[in-house]
Amino acid sequence: MQVAPPDSRPAGLAAGAAGSPTPPDSGQLPRLALIGNPNSGKTSLFNQLTGLNQKVGNFPGVTVDRKSGLAQLGGQRRAEIIDLPGTYSLYPKSLDERVIADLLYDPKAADYPDFVVVTVDASNLRRSLLLFTQLADLGLPAVLALNMTDVAAERGIQLDVPALERELQVPVVPMNARKGLGLAALRIVLADRLAVAPARRFWEIPRALQPLVQAIRTHFKLHNDYLALHYAHQFRQLHFLTEADREYLAELTTQAGFDPTARQAEETVARYARLNELLLDAVTVTRTEQREPASNKIDKVLTHRVFGYLIFLAILFLLFQAIFAWAQYPMDLIDQGVASFNQLLQEHFHGPLVRLLTEGVIAGLGGVLIFIPQIALLFAFLAVLEESGYMARVTFLMDKLMRPFGLSGKSVVPLISGLACAVPAIMGARTIESWKDRMLTIFVTPLMSCSARIPVYTVLVALVVPDESWLGIFNMRGLVLMGLYLLGTASALVSAWALKVILKARERSYFIMEFPVYRWPRWKNVGLTIVEKVKAFVVQAGKVIIAISVLLWVLASYGPGQRQAQAEAAVQREATAQRWPAAETERRVASARLETSYAGTFGHSIEPVIRPLGFDWKIGIALLTSFAAREVFVGTMSTIYSVGQDADLGTVQQKLAGERDAQGQPFFTPKRALSLLVFYVFAMQCMSTLATTYRETKSWRWPLGQLVYMTGLAYLASLLVWQVF
Amino acid sequence: MALFRRSSATTPAPSAVRTANDLQPGEAATVCCLSDPQMALKLLDMGCVPGTKVKLVGRAPLGDPLMLTLGDEGYTLSLRVNEARTIQLKA
Repeated sequence: MQVAPPDSRPAGLAAGAAGSPTPPDSGQLPRLALIGNPNSGKTSLFNQLTGLNQKVGNFPGVTVDRKSGLAQLGGQRRAEIIDLPGTYSLYPKSLDERVIADLLYDPKAADYPDFVVVTVDASNLRRSLLLFTQLADLGLPAVLALNMTDVAAERGIQLDVPALERELQVPVVPMNARKGLGLAALRIVLADRLAVAPARRFWEIPRALQPLVQAIRTHFKLHNDYLALHYAHQFRQLHFLTEADREYLAELTTQAGFDPTARQAEETVARYARLNELLLDAVTVTRTEQREPASNKIDKVLTHRVFGYLIFLAILFLLFQAIFAWAQYPMDLIDQGVASFNQLLQEHFHGPLVRLLTEGVIAGLGGVLIFIPQIALLFAFLAVLEESGYMARVTFLMDKLMRPFGLSGKSVVPLISGLACAVPAIMGARTIESWKDRMLTIFVTPLMSCSARIPVYTVLVALVVPDESWLGIFNMRGLVLMGLYLLGTASALVSAWALKVILKARERSYFIMEFPVYRWPRWKNVGLTIVEKVKAFVVQAGKVIIAISVLLWVLASYGPGQRQAQAEAAVQREATAQRWPAAETERRVASARLETSYAGTFGHSIEPVIRPLGFDWKIGIALLTSFAAREVFVGTMSTIYSVGQDADLGTVQQKLAGERDAQGQPFFTPKRALSLLVFYVFAMQCMSTLATTYRETKSWRWPLGQLVYMTGLAYLASLLVWQVF
Repeated sequence: MALFRRSSATTPAPSAVRTANDLQPGEAATVCCLSDPQMALKLLDMGCVPGTKVKLVGRAPLGDPLMLTLGDEGYTLSLRVNEARTIQLKA
């Protein structure tokens, strides 16, 4: 029996959404929200409907991306679509899922949707429809996108669509979003605003809860009983409620002796029972599943105790090959492109402003653009692995191995991606639902040796390690390089292990997840992922990187008082006296200017601090300039060590090898180089990573923590190397 | 937790309820009840309702997590041993 009177639902539009209901084809764009289970093909449908008309913003107050887009529905009709995180029910279990409640439970919100499109997996109808019945009971007008009909047909599941429409009382559009089938029909249904809120309730609120529900409904002037019940369940997490609202609800629920866990379990079980009845007529399984599904057969190989790990290693190898080798060509092109553009500018224009533009802004921009090939390739790989369903298997294989360190199977991919670049890796940690696991992963990912460390590693290793083989097979330089990578990885795991003790879990962590069936990836989805991630990186991290680059340029180009001018004059005088060639003079001037600049002054002033590590003021300057990005180290070393050497001595390595200490011995001894290498393994010298951590955690505490912890670790490790060995 | 430790035949205690973790690979059984209220909410949302048939497909190479197929529709969940232990089975 329906106890409450039928809800006063305004037809088509929710109360207060835009002040007045919008008639079709005029005024404001209709706003619709796309909602459904994970793996129900929601992303495919979103991509099919919007194409490149997507933008990524943020839901207010949380770090969750708010993906929205403009859909052409045919004719002149368009609609704004919001893509909501995948969820199994309206009771959120992860931070991501909470944005759904924030959006759907506040009818006064600016972006409250006019109706929802619920994607359901036709091969898993009963479970998928749980969410639909909850949405329907909220009184939201809905359209059901009955997706993955191909998988259902394969499994011998026959669906009677008219019967479903009768039972569910909303338009049902059968489709295969990956192939685009049924899309035209869905567009028509959306354009004509055929979405309706079913008059029937799928679950009746128990009598015992009615006093509580009615009190909430009256107090908040809600149009729906079930919405009021959700306020009682979730008021602690709803962002739009005021403190007073929360206190009121806390008191009310305590008085009523409301037990959310028991009530929720009761509701869910009742909903499934109801769905079993409703689906009796609409779903018939003709062919009983005797043969094993193909996915299970593939799993036998891909999660095998030996082959499983071997295949995973092979895929990792391919990933590295792509990021280190294939990405090199476009990266070189970008590097040369930026350099020649700068040269062109400097040849035609002069003055401090041009230098600020070329050496500060454009060089900084180049530092951003150079990462694009790697980010694009990494996300292409990740998207293919994710789309195909393989990623879930990696998580499954690696979970037990990661747990002693406080990480989960889901941390594996971000950590491994961190070997390429921490920026996309930290972005990739978003798939980890548990807050604590995610923070641990984000925090330790920059300790994995990223590709920006490669130039530093190769120059220093080549400088002090002989190019000989050990036992006839292993190249010594390769071994040292591998040792550095292992050191980084070990430190990441140990740090996570230490941090897990300190960090308190905010919510209970679950591992449970659905294994998606294996499928061929859709290239459109892969392509859109790449575009989205590259855009996010260039726009978000780019701003910070350019700002810091400009700042560092100023510090390296200008000095206190007249010192730079005096130093330059001194060099010029000596040049005339010694009859140096012009190139030699130019190098010495550049070096003298750098030494007397603010950066140089900084290098000198921190020398007492870094001397216990075996570093001098020249390395101090390089440490400062490479703060924004590690690879700048090589360039700075090249400038600063160019003093007093033959003009033809081109490479940095030769310059460093020629450097002598006070006794006339080579300055870069193996020990000194090792100390510097170890410093670079640990030190947090990447503005982009800090900016990304800030973006992902929405708090300065995390990037600052990384900076202090990693720099401290680097200092101690170098100290150990220099003092002990 | 001790209540749900792997129950061996030698200790016939009330805790000796068979759970999804006790299934042999390929073996199926029916869910009776869910012993952890918080975990139960998550399991229910994902379709693991009392009365559903569960089948152990296999385990990860290190024994944990495990892979369960649910119901007639036959979708597969992956869950840790301590999570599977909260799924009690009908005798």
